[in-house]
Amino acid sequence: MFKITKKKVLAPKITRFSVEAPEVARSRKPGQFVVIRAEETSERVPLTIVDSDPDKGTIDLIIQDAGYSTHCISCLEVGDSLQDVLGPLGQPTHMEKFGTVVCVGGGVGTAVLFPIAKGLKEAGNYVITINGARNKELVILEDELRQVSDELIITTDDGSYGIKGFGTTVLQKLIDEGRKIDFVVAIGPTIMMKMVAEVTRPYKIPTIASLNAMMIDGTGMCGGCRVTVGDEVKFACVDGPEFDAHLVDFDEQIAKHHYYDHEQACQMEKIIAEAEQERS
Amino acid sequence: MAEEKRSRPPRQKKERIPRQEMPVRPPEERIQDFNEVALGFTEELALTEAKRCLQCPKHPCMEGCPVSVDIPGFIHLITEGDYIGAAQKIKETNLLPAVCGRVCPQEEQCEQVCVVGKIDQPVAIGRLERFVADYEREKGAVGIPQIAPATGKKVAVVGSGPAGITVAYELLQAGHEVTIYEALHKLGGVLVYGIPEFRLPKAIVAAEIDTIKHMGAEIKLDMLIGKTRTIDQLMEEDGFDAVFIGTGAGLPMFLNLPGENLNGISSANEFLTRVNLMKAYRDDYDTPVKVGKKVSVIGAGNVAMDAARSAKRVGGEDTEVSIVYRRARDQMPARAEEIHHAEEEGIIFNLLNNPIRFIGDDKHNVIQMECIKMELGEPDDSGRRRPVAIKGSEHIIDTDTVIVALGTTPRKFIAQTTPDLKTSKWGTFLVDEETGETTKKGVFAGGDIVTGSATVIKAMGAGRVAAKSIKEYLAG
Repeated sequence: MFKITKKKVLAPKITRFSVEAPEVARSRKPGQFVVIRAEETSERVPLTIVDSDPDKGTIDLIIQDAGYSTHCISCLEVGDSLQDVLGPLGQPTHMEKFGTVVCVGGGVGTAVLFPIAKGLKEAGNYVITINGARNKELVILEDELRQVSDELIITTDDGSYGIKGFGTTVLQKLIDEGRKIDFVVAIGPTIMMKMVAEVTRPYKIPTIASLNAMMIDGTGMCGGCRVTVGDEVKFACVDGPEFDAHLVDFDEQIAKHHYYDHEQACQMEKIIAEAEQERS
Repeated sequence: MAEEKRSRPPRQKKERIPRQEMPVRPPEERIQDFNEVALGFTEELALTEAKRCLQCPKHPCMEGCPVSVDIPGFIHLITEGDYIGAAQKIKETNLLPAVCGRVCPQEEQCEQVCVVGKIDQPVAIGRLERFVADYEREKGAVGIPQIAPATGKKVAVVGSGPAGITVAYELLQAGHEVTIYEALHKLGGVLVYGIPEFRLPKAIVAAEIDTIKHMGAEIKLDMLIGKTRTIDQLMEEDGFDAVFIGTGAGLPMFLNLPGENLNGISSANEFLTRVNLMKAYRDDYDTPVKVGKKVSVIGAGNVAMDAARSAKRVGGEDTEVSIVYRRARDQMPARAEEIHHAEEEGIIFNLLNNPIRFIGDDKHNVIQMECIKMELGEPDDSGRRRPVAIKGSEHIIDTDTVIVALGTTPRKFIAQTTPDLKTSKWGTFLVDEETGETTKKGVFAGGDIVTGSATVIKAMGAGRVAAKSIKEYLAG
């Protein structure tokens, strides 16, 4: 069992947990993830490791309540335990000194972006981070990102904080201003990553995206996380989760995300029914 | 003298007892649920069947068994009514008789060489094995074998499938300390994620594996060796004197055809893991599984049969499930019994037919598959007649769920992180066949990680070989 030692609600429906997982805390590298299972009857859910404390033996995870399983996890409290934490999984982010790096994070993808931005900074890069959210309330990890970035630009869709607009708008502006950009990391909703890839493609700026693919075991057994990259089929769990954003078939990924919509909706009805029963 | 000879009563021809059939649930009933299909022998059936064994001195059946179970010995105990003794006799060399009695291909092993089988149907060894194992468990009589005094040696067993469990069992008996590392959240490997409940109930698997816990094995779940820890760390930092790697062949193969990434197309591994390990067929478990109205299972091995029969159960009666296979009936690799059960359950066999591409709708969901008809040509390397495409026979099949069951290959976590472990071009570990020793000192391997996908019992046999060498290695 993997005990929850800290819990902090970062924004509506976005929660940060510290979880005891000493082996993972010791061996993880930026860009890697874990697969967790809350309890015996739960689904296995992949989550990026945001940070770790090898001395305390804890890892930090950020979860967005976006469906039945993530809702159940979000409801856990300090002292509760996760049934399973398996990791670290996936390939670590390739860290080197590229020069100037732009990290574009969207929504809860910022949680995945943080350890990568931190690693790139430590590798000696000049790090510009663009942190996008729908509104001010949903901006997460601002302070942490500021510490690991040479420049931090916040955008909100509604303009309630930072620059009004999308991360891609800011990225395009940086390019138009003639800033020399050597490497771009895009992590967020699949559609956002697709748009970032389209912005950098004409300028041939190397760009990677971290895919949030559906998977069961996370160890290469199910193949549920198949992704078309150029003319190859890769497994996000063992070959990824990061891939060359100019080669990923994002439309295929978007379609995959919708495959279990009906089942998700049925499960959400279950939550609502349970909640109503409790109230009455 | 001549008269005396004449007066002797004519030699009574002993009435031959026919091979006893095992009761099986009727197809229309069993496709409604995931409960076990075969019901096992009753005591009476077991006694009758056991009497068929000749107790022949040569007992070729034992040679036919990869783990050398004392088959005449345990059958003799059955005839004496000592069922628990019979189970314990099997467990001298095989921890998993309830599993093996259910899933071993006895027809190609012990029963194939049974002397009775030369003139009649062979003794139903597998059914007898299952009977005594079930009897012992149901009577609560499962004990643990005698354990030798502690040696102070530590062995890491990586992977808790049939090979790893067998190694652990043998080494624990010898007094060694054993730690089992399993990447998934349950012990058993393919026995829990691959083989369906209706063929191998998971409670039975758990009960048999529990023995090694009672014998003192330390269990570490959620540990992916090669990621969480490496083999070198186990040996250098964690103080293990030897390591056994039985991580199987987990990586599913795909067809590499256009459209194969469409929604609704999955590997048999994914489909079966959802159903078996994650129990998606049960309302009280959260993992979803989706089966449409026209399911195509590509391949015709045991895994394909398991996937097809599971799909029928998840989908319900109006779901049509077909096995699509490029060769002919005689070449299907699945056991005859599995094919028979699948046919009884209404699975359609669409043979000599090969998919060439998948077609999706605007939501990226598979709706059709283009196939080409095949005919049998000259024999290929495997000795089977090679299927050859019939020009111009392309045709479209409607299908909304495709399950690809083409086999699996080893994953690379350990090979990638252990440079002195040599592998073949297929990713299987190179070992000394006699000993199971890998190219790295103190590291042994067996099962699918060495052979590529094979059977439960072959992995257990490899486990026994490796356990023997590990014992010698630790003593030396």
